[in-house]
Formats: sequence, structure tokens, C-alpha cells
Amino acid sequence: MAAIDEASHNKMRFSIYDAKFRGIVMQLAAIGGVTAFAYFIISNTAKNLLDRGISTGFGFVSTPAGYDVSQMLVFFPEPVTHGQMFIVGLLNTLVVAGLGVVLATILGLVMGIMRMSLNWLSAGVAYAYVDSLRNVPVLLQILFWYGVLLALPGVRQSIGLFGIAQLNNRGLFVPQPIVQDGFGLVLLAFALAIAASVALAVWARKRQRETGEAFPVIQSSIALIVVLPVLTYFLSGRPLEWDFPVQKGFGFNGGMVISPEFTALLLALVLYTGTYIAEIFRSAIQSVSTGQREAAAALGLQPNQMMKLVLIPQAMRVAVPQLTSQYLNLTKNSSLAVAIGYPDLVATFGGTTLNQTGQAVEVIAITMGVYLTISLLISVFMNWFNACVALKER
Amino acid sequence: MSFTDELIPPSPPPASARVNLLTLIRTRLFGSIGSTIVSVLILYLLIRYVPPLLNWLIFSADWIGTSREDCTSGGACWAVITARFRLFIVGFYPAEQVWRVWIAFTLLPVALGYCLVEKLPYRRYGLTFAGFYPLITAILLAGGLGLPEVATSKWGGLLLTLVCGLTGIVVSLPLGVILALGRRSNLPAISSLCVIFIEFIRGVPLITILFMSSVMLPLFLPPGTTMDQMLRALVGISLFASAYMAEVIRSGLQSIPKGQYEAADALGLGYWQSMRLIILPQALKIVIPGIVSTFISLFKDTSLVLIIGLYDLLGIANATITDTKWIGLSNEVYVFTALVYWVFCFSMSRYSLYLEDKLHKGHKKK
Repeated sequence: MAAIDEASHNKMRFSIYDAKFRGIVMQLAAIGGVTAFAYFIISNTAKNLLDRGISTGFGFVSTPAGYDVSQMLVFFPEPVTHGQMFIVGLLNTLVVAGLGVVLATILGLVMGIMRMSLNWLSAGVAYAYVDSLRNVPVLLQILFWYGVLLALPGVRQSIGLFGIAQLNNRGLFVPQPIVQDGFGLVLLAFALAIAASVALAVWARKRQRETGEAFPVIQSSIALIVVLPVLTYFLSGRPLEWDFPVQKGFGFNGGMVISPEFTALLLALVLYTGTYIAEIFRSAIQSVSTGQREAAAALGLQPNQMMKLVLIPQAMRVAVPQLTSQYLNLTKNSSLAVAIGYPDLVATFGGTTLNQTGQAVEVIAITMGVYLTISLLISVFMNWFNACVALKER
Repeated sequence: MSFTDELIPPSPPPASARVNLLTLIRTRLFGSIGSTIVSVLILYLLIRYVPPLLNWLIFSADWIGTSREDCTSGGACWAVITARFRLFIVGFYPAEQVWRVWIAFTLLPVALGYCLVEKLPYRRYGLTFAGFYPLITAILLAGGLGLPEVATSKWGGLLLTLVCGLTGIVVSLPLGVILALGRRSNLPAISSLCVIFIEFIRGVPLITILFMSSVMLPLFLPPGTTMDQMLRALVGISLFASAYMAEVIRSGLQSIPKGQYEAADALGLGYWQSMRLIILPQALKIVIPGIVSTFISLFKDTSLVLIIGLYDLLGIANATITDTKWIGLSNEVYVFTALVYWVFCFSMSRYSLYLEDKLHKGHKKK
């Protein structure tokens, strides 16, 4: 359309029948409309805030919050300000979203593969899992698991898990690691092992390119990463102690507790997002044409080589964009924590702080800004990853 | 687990080989050592846990009663559902007016049927009726034209869930089309406005949009005007759904070959004519499965209105659990609620699969 217009008349006529002129008029009208709407909203808001005596500005972030939350990953001296509560909430959101993404990917991968299995029972289990939990709202699942966890027996009848952890209606009590002197050595060994594995992979790849000889990289890397830190741990005199939870009266001494709110939220998010990820992996692997499998079989590749060298690289191209949007969904869904009182960003800052200060505009703007930033960061990372796995064409 | 052995497609059996049930069971359950271990494990878990579960759900459940004390047999206490059934379906809608809800519910399948199924008699009138259905229902439920008014704060349960879902659907389709066309427009100001709106809405959780519409919308309006709590939630849901719908429709617009746009230009059609007659009919048809799955997410997402204090299906469920007469029955209540959501979402997803199948067949024939 535009090409024809440019060729026929380069000069713009000030008439409604000129496409260029019409375009400019329409854009000016749109911008004018949006500006007028924004002015209407802003002036109304200013008037309303004045009427209600609500102060504006971001001064409230340094005032004391005056409320407490159950899960603080960073320590702030009393009195905790609203700004510090923001950080507490943000960290809690990031923890549940990060763990959720990792666990949902693992669950989705396992279920996706099970659903393609020739074994009727495992395919059936995966099918039932995907089609049941995918069609139930995630908020309902969060509330359901929270209800289940709260209905567990009390502290005195705690359910012991292998003698290590204790499960009751106040949460999951697990041993707490206590770092002694010399634990840095173990961490150093761990880092060394990872570096050595990367170097090994590079060397093995180069050797295979040149000579065609394969090297069991994954097996030797796992061995390296497990053996080296464990060996250092025992040689340096076991510099890590575990503080086990011991029941005392109506509570526990020692150890640390994972709250029912956190467990319920994480469980529901992982189970719900896992159904979508399972379908993504299944459709991605099935989207690789049969000819590719037959060709790989004809080349004499072993099934696991076929998976690693032929199927997964091609399936990843299909899967990565869809995975990105699921990771984003999981992060956004973690905001449903507010329904069960897990102190995430929306519950602490967007909830209690908003109610205490009444500064809805500022609080909601900051909260939305945080989610937009997280979404943007995940998108940027996944786009970079997608560019790595995308088809390299000349 | 040995998942690798199915990567090589099994070669078809020789023509003479008879496939009977026993062979199938042997190959499909005990095909290899790994497969056998998995089968035995799953079978053990099924035998261990399914009979007690069924027993709890059905065989030793209590179905009728007026309070928790009436549930004595140790199974599920479904009396909580049967006793409060009307609450779950229509919320606090006044009993003497509830016939209006039943009429709206009865007309819904008619309107939906004419939208979804092509071969129905009197299709033209049916579609006109479907077009007016939202208006008819609005008058029927809220009041007007001689019917007494029923405040939206009385609406609840499945009724409210359906109102939220269907409003979102009805508003988001046209708005989504406009946003998608705007995003693909070659006028930079219009396309950037649409991009900002779509990406902003898609980047934040629905719950913050609902907070915004419930807390900030009253601030945006001129002093003195008030807005219904339900209406505020509907505004939030509709805006949210429109942004997602716009992206689905945009993917359809992108998949139309350039030749179609050029052919429309060559015929001398203007922008709106070419969109209405050439591009959109093809684009919308391609993305019907995507549209249906957006509807499914929307239907599930309407449950979030409980956080801003509305009593939708899940809101009623939550209120029931804290009722002193029925306290401690969260499992029963949530299982029932989940089942209702599941029936709606599962049937929508099957419909989408059926459509996808139909569309693919059309392509194959050509």
C-alpha cells in the first residue's frame, strides 16, 4: 500500500483522500486522545487524593513499616522500613519463582517423556496428570494444598521423614547446615570441579572434531563434580555440621522451618506449570520429523546419541519460546501468594504497605514496575538462549 | 527409565501377525526390563491408593445433611455441597428472583450453539440472537424493563464466574482485533501506543491489574462518581484478556501471505475493506484454537476476583470452608469446585482439539 502511494505521488496533499496526510491526522488524533485521557485521569486522581488527605511522593519508603512477616531472607534491624519490606518481599518472590522454574522444568521433562512412552501405564499416568491439573485454576490448587498442609497433625504428632525432617501443621522442620572453618575449601573444590568439567567438554569436543573419537564427557563430569568436593570435605575434617530439629514442648529447637505457605505455593505452581511444560516438551520432540529419526538410526546412532545429537537440538528450537512464556507465567502466578499469606512482594509491599500508607498509586506503580523488569530480564535471557539454539542459516 | 527405546519408530508388524490382547499387554507393559519395573511400580501404587480414594470419594461418602455432624460414615462429606448447592451456583441472588438466572443459563447453550456449530436450522436468526444475548442477559440479571433491580454484590458462585468469563470473552475479541491491527499498522504513533499497552498488560500479573482496577479506578474517576465493585473487576479482566487476545490474533495476521494483502490492494479495496473482507476472515480462522485456549486461561483466571473480595465460585468455596457449621471440610469443597472448573475447561480444550483437527484436514485436502 505504502509503496504505491510513494510511487504515485511523493508530494503530500492536504486532503482526506491522501493516505499520507490521513495517516498523520489519525496519529495526531490518537496521540491527542491518549493525552487528553491521561490528563483527565491525572487531574481526577490529584483532586481525589487531595480530598481524601492522602499524601503523595515516595517519602513513605523510609518510614517504619510496623508489621512483621514470617519469612525474612535478609536481616534488617528494627524498625524495618517500608523500603526494606519491599526488599524482603522481592526476595521471597524471587526464591519461590526461581525454585519453581527449576522444579517445574524437571517435572515437565519427566512427564513429557513419560507421556510419549510405549508403556501404557506410564503414558496413562502422565496423561491423567496433564489433563487433570491443567484444567483447574492455579489459585484453587494453591488453596487446596494450603488446606491439606494445615490439616496435618500438630507438633506433638509430627510425621518424621526418615528421621531427618519433621512434618506438621506448622511447616516442614529440616536440619540447618552450620558452616565451620574450612568449608571454603569444599566450595573451592566444587568450583574447581566445574571449571575442570567445562575444560574437559571443550577438549573432548575438539578431539571428536579432529579424530572422531568420542569421550564420555557427562559421566566423567558428574564423577568429577561429586567426587572432588566430597573428598575435600572428608580430608578437611568435615567442616559442615547439621543442626537437627528437636521437639521441645509445643515447638522445635534448632533446625529451620519451611512454612506451609511456601510449600503450598511452590507445590501448586510446580504442579500447574509442569503440565504446560510437559506438553511443550512432548510437542517439541514430536515436531521433529520421523525422517530425522530414521536418518539418525541409519547412521548407526545409539538411542541416547540420537536423543542428544539429533532430537533435542531440533526440539529445543520449538520449545524455547514456549518455555519462556511459561517461566514468565510462573513468575507472575507467584503473586497469588497473597491469597494464603506467603509474604511475597504483592502480599507485603503491595498489600500491607498499601493499606497502611494508602498511597495506592505509588505502591502499585512500583509493584508493576518490578514485575515488568523481571519479565523483561527473563525475556532477554531466553531470547539470548533462543539465539544460541536457533537454526543457523547462511 | 528407559525412554530411549521408543525413539526409533517401531517397524510395522508383518501382515500375518495377529495382534491380540495378550501380546499387546506383554509389549506395552512388560516390553523391557525398565518398562516392567515402571509398570510394577505404577500398578502397586494404583492398587494401594485408588480403592481407598474411591471409597472416600463415593462408596462411604455422606450425601445429605444440614451440618457437619450429619457426616458420620467416615468418607467424604458431600452434604456440604448438596446443602449449599444454590449458593455455589448463584451466590446470594434473591431466591424469589432466581428464575431469571435459570432463564439466562438455559439461553446460554442456545447462543453458544449457534456460535460454535455451523449446521443448525435458522442459523441467521440464531446468530442475531447470540449477538443480543449479552444485552438480554445483562437486563435479565441486573434488572430493568420492569424487572426489579438486583445489586451485583448479590451475584456469586458459578453465575459470577460465568459473567466474568463471558464478559472477558465478548469484550476481548473486538478489542483484541483492534489492538492487533494497531500493532501491525505502519503508522508509528499508533503501533507504538498498541505495543506499549499490550506489553505492559502482558508483563504484569493479573492480580496487580485487579488491584489497580479495584483500588485505583475510583481515584481516576471524577470526584463523586462511584463504580460497582464487580464492574471494576470486569474492566480489569477485559483489559487483561484483550492484550493476550491481541497477540493471538497478531500471530494469525502474520501468517497470512503477503500476496493476500497485495491482492486486496490491487482490487482497490481500502484498508478497512481489505481487513474486513480478505485478511481477518482468514486470520481469525487460523487462530481459532489459540483463541479458545486464551478463553480457557481467562476462565481459570476469573477465580482471582476472590482476592479483591468478590464471591465467585472459588470465593463461595472459601467462604464455605470458614463457615462454623461446615468447618474443616476444605478437601470436599475444593474437590467439588475443581471438578466444576475442570468440566468447563476440559470441554473447551476438547473443542479446540476438534477444531485443530478439522483445520488440518482442510489443509491436507488442498
